Amino acid sequence: KNKRSRRKSFEIIRTSIHFTMISSSFVRSLGNARKISVPTFRNNVTKSQIKLHPQKVSSKGFASKADKDGIKLEKVLAYPGEKSYFEDKFRFHTTKEILPTYRIMDEEGRILNSEEDPKLDKDTVVTMYQHMLTLNAMDTVLYDVQRQGRISFYMTNFGEEATHLGSAAALKMEDTIFAQYREAGVFLWRGFTLDEFMNQCYSNSQDYGKGRQMPVHYGSRKLNIQTISSPLATQIPQATGSAYAQKMAKSGNCTVCYFGEGAASEGDFHAAINFAATLETPSVFFCRNNRWAISTPSTEQYRGDAIAGRGISYGVDTIRVDGNDVFAVYNATKAARKKAVEENKPVLIEAMTYRISHHSTSDDSTRYRTSAEIEIWKTKHEPVKRLQKYLTSKGWWTEEQDKNFKSSVRKDVLAALKRAEAVKKPHPDECFTDVYDQLPPNLIEQREEMRQHLKKYPQNYPIDQHLS
Amino acid sequence: MLSLLSKCSRFEQRCNRKQQSVRVDSFKCRLNKLNRGIFITKVKRSNGEQQSALVEDEMGTDSLGRTTKKMNLFTAINDAMDIALTTNPKAVLFGEDVAFGGVFRCATGLREKHGSSRVFNTPLCEQGIAGFAIGMAAQGATPIAEIQFADYIFPAFDQIVNEAAKYRYRSGNEFNVAGLTFRAPYGAVGHGGHYHSQSPEAYFCHTPGLKVVVPRSPVQAKGLLLASIRDPNPVIFLEPKWLYRSSIEQVPVEDYEIELGKAEVIKNGEDVTIVGWGAQLLVLEQAITMAEEKLGITCELIDLKTLLPLDIDTIIKSVKKTGKLLISHEAPKTGGLAGEIAAQIQEKAFLHLEAPIARVCGYDTPFPLIFERFYFPDALKNFEAIQKLVEYDFSK
Repeated sequence: KNKRSRRKSFEIIRTSIHFTMISSSFVRSLGNARKISVPTFRNNVTKSQIKLHPQKVSSKGFASKADKDGIKLEKVLAYPGEKSYFEDKFRFHTTKEILPTYRIMDEEGRILNSEEDPKLDKDTVVTMYQHMLTLNAMDTVLYDVQRQGRISFYMTNFGEEATHLGSAAALKMEDTIFAQYREAGVFLWRGFTLDEFMNQCYSNSQDYGKGRQMPVHYGSRKLNIQTISSPLATQIPQATGSAYAQKMAKSGNCTVCYFGEGAASEGDFHAAINFAATLETPSVFFCRNNRWAISTPSTEQYRGDAIAGRGISYGVDTIRVDGNDVFAVYNATKAARKKAVEENKPVLIEAMTYRISHHSTSDDSTRYRTSAEIEIWKTKHEPVKRLQKYLTSKGWWTEEQDKNFKSSVRKDVLAALKRAEAVKKPHPDECFTDVYDQLPPNLIEQREEMRQHLKKYPQNYPIDQHLS
Repeated sequence: MLSLLSKCSRFEQRCNRKQQSVRVDSFKCRLNKLNRGIFITKVKRSNGEQQSALVEDEMGTDSLGRTTKKMNLFTAINDAMDIALTTNPKAVLFGEDVAFGGVFRCATGLREKHGSSRVFNTPLCEQGIAGFAIGMAAQGATPIAEIQFADYIFPAFDQIVNEAAKYRYRSGNEFNVAGLTFRAPYGAVGHGGHYHSQSPEAYFCHTPGLKVVVPRSPVQAKGLLLASIRDPNPVIFLEPKWLYRSSIEQVPVEDYEIELGKAEVIKNGEDVTIVGWGAQLLVLEQAITMAEEKLGITCELIDLKTLLPLDIDTIIKSVKKTGKLLISHEAPKTGGLAGEIAAQIQEKAFLHLEAPIARVCGYDTPFPLIFERFYFPDALKNFEAIQKLVEYDFSK
């Protein structure tokens, strides 16, 4: 015991001598040095043994240092991440802390913490629920329609309804939205009609996109939702830029960007979050972590603490939520929007959910995951049923209403489908418009070539399906 | 003050004497008929800093009676961006190292004048720069995104080709990125090697929805850049970095634009049509001088200016007159823009051709450092091609 205490005191003396030797030369060498971080030793050295110059860091992040003769030295930047400290014991560092998941409504529709209850009124919650049912009905019908060969492609949203409705309800119409492709509920909330959905899926002449893209690539200027594009994650840095332009225009609005956990592996995600943090944009990044990127489970997508862990390392305020709890999603989005708009700071929301559906109509997910796994998420954690339980417990929705609504909305969907099918496709000339604001000479020439060719061989081309 | 002036004039005299081989900031400047003299000197300012400055901030007037000022290429580009930022409150400029003026000084003084929220640095990420610019433009702003070297534009290629170029088309004109402009220095510099010399115009000319613009001189650069910024389509503006300091002209100080999509016949001739753009025109000018002297012909030189959309009609008109065509560019021959022009000309003016269309381009190799002198499509190679065109005999 004596040996140990003797050793200890020897250590203290040794370290303090060591330190004072180093510290004086260190402080002398500081002189004109740019480093302003304060070195502290953690091993048994008390603060009184350390004589250090106090550093004043202004709110602008600059520190000005004057030496003892009062001569003002150059201003040095307080670089972020340099508030580190020295340690003389070697070790690797790794992620230990897993960010918790914010949830306020459990699987039975019970509010777990009344303080966090957003206390939304009946109309709002019933509307959310009805949109979820509409979404389910539309997905079911259009999936089958694709199987019958009447549309070329479709992607369903089963399992992620709460991420759509919870977040969309917390935003204002003036907030610009960039999405990936599995956010049809967001479109529904803002007022995209069944006809508008169908027209795009049928690529007919009433499609705002003039039939140029595959189904589910919706977009609407009046609803302030940018047109979907297939390449993944390209929308994320665009959302950052859009938010910056809103900040410049002092519009008081934010830009919200949806993407999946697979897309978050793209370089564009990292670029976007970093830009948003450094340029201080009013951005809300909403990641739908639905566990699957086509056939790639998230265990093969990342090793760190998923997407939320990344936000923190980029200096961005982050929250992980239960994506199947519509109220948690609502709360998180509302708070994120507030922070973005009031403080011009980006926020990252990671909504943990599950892709019950196949990736698309070109996919059969039972080839890479078990039906048992899908079944658990379809029953236990399913967001629509969870909200239904909440509504029932509040007395805001009955079985009868449920049955009636489901059958009537299915009728609406089928009617819209029929209408869309009857509309002709866009005029073939629309192949050449909108490449530029006006047709350049080469396109005028090529359009004429096409016209002449169609005139010569009308029976070989589906001209009848198009406007003429 | 007096000693400063005398120092300047003495340096100037040295410059004038050594006009054939003056080294300025490690760029080797070649004298040519289009650009006269180099008037760059290091001036010691009163605060002790050394600065490059034009000794003669001479004013003048051009043939249209506009007040002009002596500017080099980067100063003219700087002036254009200054005007763009002044006249359009939604215009912003950003990129790597743009805040302190840019590595080629194109952004000098703009941050101080227009504010840090409009002229700013981004993190080192071209795909981020491009995506960010697209998003800004989609929200209605006018972003000028600088890519530090055209060689580094490729991380941004997905955003430019898959997003910017298709933004208006895929949304059915619900949305667009009209205000978007990318600027990047391109081209050989004498010592740039693989990654500071590339000419990537062909990749972008293959993408419908984009416009690609290349100026040849300060007057052209200012007008074309203003037109590009204001053009309601995404534009890639490639600046010949070799000419940043060495190309000096009297540039109108006013706000003016030069029309996009129109090529210009910068020298009339009867015997051979020669097409080029950017810095290559100076090389072609030298070749033409040699050819006119030695072969007794006259050559017509066309500056394309806008590579996409291509003004093929100007070239056709010229080829119908001369019957012979030479196209020259620094970029590798295979898949280069010369092939596209040649294909269009043989389509539309086949019977007017008196010889196969000649292309004098870089070899199909990455741009080499030590072999640049051999690789480069220089004046002599172009002269040889002109000679071959002129001496081509159908009967053989």
